[in-house]
Amino acid sequence: MLSIFLLDTSLAILCVTLGTGLATMGAAIGAGLAAIGAGIGIGRIGGSAMEAIARQPEVAGKIQTAMLFIAALVEVIALFGMDIAFLISQSGAT
Amino acid sequence: MKVYFNAIKHSGITKFIFSVSLFFTFSASSLASSSDEGGKINPGKLIMEEVTDDYSWHFFDGKYGKLYLPVIVYSKERGLEVFSSHYFYDEHHNPVIYKGYVLEHKHIRLEGSDEYIYDFSITKNVLMLFILATTLLWVFISVARGFRKNEGKAPSGIQSFFEPIILYIRDEIVKPNIGPKYERYLPYLLTLFFFVWFGNFMGLIPGAANLTGNIAVTMVLATGTWILTTISGTKNYWIHIFYTPGIPLLLKIIIVPVEIIGVFTKPISLTIRLFVAITAGHIVLLSLIMLTFIFHSWLVGIGSSLLILFIMLIELLVATIQAYIFTMFTSLYIGMALDEGDSH
Repeated sequence: MLSIFLLDTSLAILCVTLGTGLATMGAAIGAGLAAIGAGIGIGRIGGSAMEAIARQPEVAGKIQTAMLFIAALVEVIALFGMDIAFLISQSGAT
Repeated sequence: MKVYFNAIKHSGITKFIFSVSLFFTFSASSLASSSDEGGKINPGKLIMEEVTDDYSWHFFDGKYGKLYLPVIVYSKERGLEVFSSHYFYDEHHNPVIYKGYVLEHKHIRLEGSDEYIYDFSITKNVLMLFILATTLLWVFISVARGFRKNEGKAPSGIQSFFEPIILYIRDEIVKPNIGPKYERYLPYLLTLFFFVWFGNFMGLIPGAANLTGNIAVTMVLATGTWILTTISGTKNYWIHIFYTPGIPLLLKIIIVPVEIIGVFTKPISLTIRLFVAITAGHIVLLSLIMLTFIFHSWLVGIGSSLLILFIMLIELLVATIQAYIFTMFTSLYIGMALDEGDSH
């Protein structure tokens, strides 16, 4: 009886610590995936901008402005993921 | 060759980069004093304290003093009470219950009862808002005075810096999107742009409060946008949302709920975009600063200071771009609300 009780509590403690550890790990993996998304998006924008400038160098200024503007929009999406991951890791650590 | 080197040595851009780098690498010392509280620091807690709102303003984490801001609460039981937030802490900075009010997790509640308290306190973000409003008033009253004085002549002084920006906003953002009636909306949109721009810049100063990274502030700005689009919606705009013309009935059943939800998701996206961009930028900066204190090594300090310098420059760019994006989307939504139906 006592052994089952001890096994039960140790299993509960294991699950709680495992849960907290899993939450932190999930947050870290999520932040990494969000960074991959931002990298792919901004990389494609940069690539298209380079090709367009190579085709027509005299509108390089306009293309560069548009590129920075859209890169800011795409980057915000990745920052959503990073912010949520940060909040999850903080609520798991306390 | 010598002429070239002399020009570079005293050129404006070199001086600018030097002064900016001095200013921003000094931001790490704003957190230096917190490391001697027993040696073990909690980086997550310090970052959350910097980024969220608080009832007292710590200058360099207490080394140069704490400003205890007034607490103004109103409840039906106790009426209006005003006192300094200093009374919530004793000498060792432990929380203490004062006159039946408990400060718990940044919320004030009454000790015994569950009653709702209206909290009008001047917190760190509210004080920052007052400072920002004063700065905006001071700068733009000077610009307006300069404009009136130099009637017909070339601009001078601070007017010469802001007038091209104002003209750029008018000609590139507001006029193309809103069309012929742009003059009615121009004052609000200019105020919006400079509020977000100055707010983002002032949040980057070390030791300042994070104003535009507070979701309540951005929600109010987005609500202003929503009110403007709702008020200036013409009949064609509402018909376009609720009974889209030119689409068969089966598709209408799908499209109309999407359009109705779209009325609300546009301000929500404005809110979250500005909040996340600014807050995440601050968290990244603070994490890099914390890196030095976690590793206790001066080599890491040098590396992280260089990284902080470059990320700070990116944050300056992001501050300007987010202000531009907010104003552009607002004028786009107002433009969409105003002239609907001509192209159908």
